[in-house]
Amino acid sequence: MEFSASETQTMLRETAERLVRNRYGFEERKKIIASEDGYSPALWREFANLGLLGVEVPEDFDGSGGGFDDIAVVLEALGQGLVVEPYLSTVVLGAGLIAAAGTDAQKQDVLPRVASGELLLAPAHGEPQARYALNRVETAAARSDGDHFVIDGRKAVVLGGDSAGLLIVSARTSGKTDDATGISLFLVEREAVGVSVRAYPNVDDRRAAEIALEGVRVSQDALLGPLDGALPLIEAAFDRGAAALCCEAVGAMGALNALTLDYLKTRNQFGRPIGKFQVLQHRMADMVMAEQQARSMLYLAIENAGEADAAARRQAISAAKVQINKSGLIVGRGAVQLHGGIAMTMEYSAGHYFRRLTAIEKMMGDTDYHLERFASA
Amino acid sequence: MDLKYPDGAKQFAEEVRAFVRAELPATIKEKVVRHAKVSSDEQRLWQRKLCERGWACPGWPKQYGGPGFDAMQRHVFDNVMSEEGAPPALPFGESMIAPVLFHVGSEAQKAEILPRIRTLEYWFCQGFSEPGSGSDLASLKTRAVLEGDEWVINGQKTWTSFAHLANMMFCLVRTDPAAKLQEGISMMVFPMSLPGITVRPITSIDGGHSVNEVFFDNVRAPAKSLIGEVNKGWTYAKLLLGHERTSIARIGQSKRELALLKTLAADQDVGGGSLLDQPAFRARVAAVEIELLSLEITALRTISAGGAPGVEANLLKIKGSEIQQTLTELLIDAAGPYALPYDPLRGLGDSNMEPIGPDEAAALTPNYLTTRVVTIYGGSNEIQRNIIAKSLGL
Repeated sequence: MEFSASETQTMLRETAERLVRNRYGFEERKKIIASEDGYSPALWREFANLGLLGVEVPEDFDGSGGGFDDIAVVLEALGQGLVVEPYLSTVVLGAGLIAAAGTDAQKQDVLPRVASGELLLAPAHGEPQARYALNRVETAAARSDGDHFVIDGRKAVVLGGDSAGLLIVSARTSGKTDDATGISLFLVEREAVGVSVRAYPNVDDRRAAEIALEGVRVSQDALLGPLDGALPLIEAAFDRGAAALCCEAVGAMGALNALTLDYLKTRNQFGRPIGKFQVLQHRMADMVMAEQQARSMLYLAIENAGEADAAARRQAISAAKVQINKSGLIVGRGAVQLHGGIAMTMEYSAGHYFRRLTAIEKMMGDTDYHLERFASA
Repeated sequence: MDLKYPDGAKQFAEEVRAFVRAELPATIKEKVVRHAKVSSDEQRLWQRKLCERGWACPGWPKQYGGPGFDAMQRHVFDNVMSEEGAPPALPFGESMIAPVLFHVGSEAQKAEILPRIRTLEYWFCQGFSEPGSGSDLASLKTRAVLEGDEWVINGQKTWTSFAHLANMMFCLVRTDPAAKLQEGISMMVFPMSLPGITVRPITSIDGGHSVNEVFFDNVRAPAKSLIGEVNKGWTYAKLLLGHERTSIARIGQSKRELALLKTLAADQDVGGGSLLDQPAFRARVAAVEIELLSLEITALRTISAGGAPGVEANLLKIKGSEIQQTLTELLIDAAGPYALPYDPLRGLGDSNMEPIGPDEAAALTPNYLTTRVVTIYGGSNEIQRNIIAKSLGL
């Protein structure tokens, strides 16, 4: 297990942290959340200019050709700053899927535009009845005119689905709703006829959407990866997504613990800083231990995010997500309790960290899901 | 599982249940069950029905216009009302300032204030916490100085629930800065319409508005605003918070949430059965149900002992609030990915949009977020444990 940072990683971390520090203050973030787009296109261009969108994109397609361990340090910085830009959906999940399964033509078409910040992506996989089951796909793609498909169905809580230009839609091309085989992926323009998008904010102020597909017609070229065989790709993307959330969560926990610790040292009650009270000291100690345990498991998640052996990857990612979910709750709920009333308002950042950690626990598999997956691996 | 009540209590429970089912408008019940906010008009409408039935202010003795319930009737009444989705009574008037007035209010104050609390003509808020005085309430700085026959008040309160809706406030003020902290505090009651009072909203973590900052700039309150004796406010506040802690257990409400949790989990198909059939989830639901049963039996023991609530009140507050939080946690777990979409207006009952996920899921996350406050307010759970430890001689 690699615990030390490479030169590239140190540089990426400094770049991302500087950007967050200088451009993502509490007030700036508030404006971004309230804006119509729900993210800042100007800031997204800066991400691109600094090379943060192409970290993992192969060099042949205008990226830096790095690995998940490189993108991980960027994600942690985004977590520290509660950045709402659609990095997870576009860069980690979307570009990751194209790089893993795309034809050369598809890569050439999409990846340079992701690295340059021109194109946002959103994988649209989850469905209203699916909860966290990755094999549960009712959306159907039927052959039409020999070389076309017509897609019908509904996709639920699609991260970044409101702003993405290109959706990566999973659909059943054969078999029954819960079958492992028979699922395929399609590239669908969000503006395509038959696609309707209902956008909304999630509890962490990131945008998501319910997407209805009605008679959406795509050509054979839109097929991403093997026909009927997309589930392993979806599972791999899901695990990368879970690992990415782990990075963000650890960043958020570090920032929130620092904030709470500072409050304990500066808030006075009963004639002394509240941090002098032992019951609060013990809770803070628990929160710091939780952060450390999460950070340890983050190394496991990073090491396994791209693991080819699916069974080993699943178990490692689930172990990390369980610990990080648990730590996130200890740190988030603890921060609210130790701050008291001030953390119950939108006017102070502790509550926003708590909301983000709450959301992360519910994304890419909750604790019960990952406990079960770990145990049955 | 339900507890066996004595026959008399069982009969009374059915009487209360029949009343709520007949009189509570379905739209209001729906809001309460789905965690939407009940409007002040709806609150008043329900209060009117309670007044007509003689059941408004269930904790009050008959002489002040209450139903004069015994402790068991009171327990049953609160439980059934909550289980049936009746809007919870606003505590500030009927459960907090009223008991203080029973003990130390002047005849004139009782005659003016109590009937108006009962009809909700007087809608109270509580001016206790200040920016520098949360858990350490006795350090409060808002100052009142007697000038002729008026108190002149300057300072600031915060976390004041419903100050924007209330027309009356009971308030702790410092009247003797030279005395020991607890001995220089007085309690006052005055209208929110007095010149010099400014209310500023605080947006809560769920995006809603229920708490406020309240500023006092040379507010002149008549001398009769003082409750009881000058500089005895701290004693009255302790009395009042004891009452708050008893009602804060929210056993009936938690029973209702438990029922909602089971319904929601039974509707979630996890492949090969419902979420409620999953051993891990099922065990968590059972665990909180058993905690809740224990709490109710503890409450019944307290009632049967008949004494004024002592450390039992602290226990009820701590356990009641922890159970409430556990239930909100399980509810969002049951909602799954649909716990993520966030429609704060829906939680406030102001949204006309189609819900994004299952209808009952919409307000669960706002409810989860706001319920973090129950271990903070009414004396934080850390303070409650300190009180228990102190009572043990530690």
